[in-house]
Amino acid sequence: MSLQAEPPEIERWTEPPGRSYLAISELVAAPLLERRQWRWRAWWIAFGIASGLTLIMAICMSWLFATGVGIFGNNTTIVWGLPIADYVWWIGIGNAGTLISSMLLLMRQRWRASINRFAEAMTLFAATIAGLFPIMHLGRPEYFYWLLPYPNTMVVWPQWRSALIWDFWAISSYILFSILFWYVGLIPDLATLRDRAKTAFPRSFYGALALGWRGSARHWYFYEHYHLTMACLAVPLVVSLHSVVGMDFAASLMPGWQESIFPPYFVVGAMYSGFAMVVLLTALVRWGFNLQPLITAEHFNVMAKIMLAASIIMGLSYLTEWFAAWYHGERAERWLVGFEFTGGYAPVYWCMLLFNCIVPQLFWFVRIRCSIVAVVVIAILINVGMWLERIEIVWNTLSHDFLPSMWRIFIPTFWDWALLFSSLGFFGFLYLLLARIFPMVSMHETRRLIYEESHQ
Amino acid sequence: MTEVLLAEFPGAAALLETARKARPAGYRPLDAFTPFAVEGLAEAVGARGSHVRVAMFIGGVAIAAMAYATEYFSAVIDYPINSGGRPLNAWPAFMLFPFAVGIFGAAVSGLIALFMHSGLPGLHHAIFAVPGFERVSQDAFLLALDSPRDEAELQRARDWLREAGALAIWEIKT
Repeated sequence: MSLQAEPPEIERWTEPPGRSYLAISELVAAPLLERRQWRWRAWWIAFGIASGLTLIMAICMSWLFATGVGIFGNNTTIVWGLPIADYVWWIGIGNAGTLISSMLLLMRQRWRASINRFAEAMTLFAATIAGLFPIMHLGRPEYFYWLLPYPNTMVVWPQWRSALIWDFWAISSYILFSILFWYVGLIPDLATLRDRAKTAFPRSFYGALALGWRGSARHWYFYEHYHLTMACLAVPLVVSLHSVVGMDFAASLMPGWQESIFPPYFVVGAMYSGFAMVVLLTALVRWGFNLQPLITAEHFNVMAKIMLAASIIMGLSYLTEWFAAWYHGERAERWLVGFEFTGGYAPVYWCMLLFNCIVPQLFWFVRIRCSIVAVVVIAILINVGMWLERIEIVWNTLSHDFLPSMWRIFIPTFWDWALLFSSLGFFGFLYLLLARIFPMVSMHETRRLIYEESHQ
Repeated sequence: MTEVLLAEFPGAAALLETARKARPAGYRPLDAFTPFAVEGLAEAVGARGSHVRVAMFIGGVAIAAMAYATEYFSAVIDYPINSGGRPLNAWPAFMLFPFAVGIFGAAVSGLIALFMHSGLPGLHHAIFAVPGFERVSQDAFLLALDSPRDEAELQRARDWLREAGALAIWEIKT
């Protein structure tokens, strides 16, 4: 019996039409520079839908700012509502792009070359949208700048011991950091676009953004130093960011909101939902820009493996939560776990367990992992499951605290749902615009992948 | 006025090999131009002394220290709140703000150092005038040697490059 040899790396990550340096540039740059020859119909349809949803989001926000948070389903018991769950969900997705990109870089996973760029772009927009939600959920959103330490007439300063202040700084640092990480990685590709451009406007536009990049060995030397160090810094920053989001919930005295496992559990959850979103975007970008030669079924296979690992860790975290409630011995804690399984939100909880822990077990089968459709469908379910988890974290504890007379159920309103779905549209709007202006796949890193894999 | 001998090679491997051999063969490699980062090439053309990481460290620590000083000033000196006798200088709770902004500070200082080292942004450069240079950002691999002044030496250098596999050779005066 002979062991079947693994296919060479280059055959795993590329298909023949994408295996030359020039072909990569052509594949990636064509939609941006040869617009006339490119069919943008699907783009326009998607853009139309996304713009409509963006308009709805603008209406939601105007109505919210005009009338106040009373338009949401929040009540006297459940004072945190859907926007907080949306925030945690979006920031989770926003975490993943930079995390994926930098962690895979540090782990020398060369296949990241064709997915890291749009994963990073996903980060920029998801984190920005996430940042809007806590502001929308404020009673007086116009005063959100009170989070900043500035000398003011009230002579007060931010409360530095509060996890909410940490949140503000972690998110703003993270967004700015991610913009730099994304842009610096883009500079050599902007130079490619400058050099391929046939008309004056794209040449000056990309040329100005490329900052005069010449591909000199010295440029590359300093670029590599910077980019790798940024990746090393990105990992702790991302971990701290979602840990802080976890601490928003962990640093309280409410049943279910005092668990020390929350920070790492939130980080894994972020990576999980982020990878699921990246899978979805990978499938769309691959289809929309004809990038089949650069994004193969094997990419989906490896991402499915990572999601499988994350789903097992999520399951373990849920088990730890239940165990801690039992071991803690506090009556309210145990009640809460009973309420999760049998109370008013039980169907949501069961769905969450199904989508986050049970369905992804299908990834044990190689046939499922190698089927792009199956991986995408499961990724969508994971994203739904992760949103359900965020809302469960908010609802369960607040609905079921120490005082039975306070127990109530949250009923989302039209505006709750409208804001959630329109935020997806806004994300799509920004993403589609970006896809029309900047290359979605890192050309220089893909060239390097081909060079290094064919010279081993 | 510098004179440069610019040679195009069919691939990164050939370019890297020639760049490494140039110095022992008596030529001075000035720079190389590639469409992606080639490991070892920068060292072969004599690039060294990156202060990018040092700048990132110093910038990051400085911003973090400023952030901590802000916290200390506001919570201990300017507006102390005694809440149940808890320490005013609550350093474990104060760490996150300096950490987050410190990392961003490191990123910005690193970017500045990267620009200073690499001379970017600089939209104009004489090398852009070389015909076909636009292929460097796509699929061309160029090596720049310090051109010998002596005509016989120059011819020897050309022959040496051609033997090493150069596809085309240009002489540039800047």
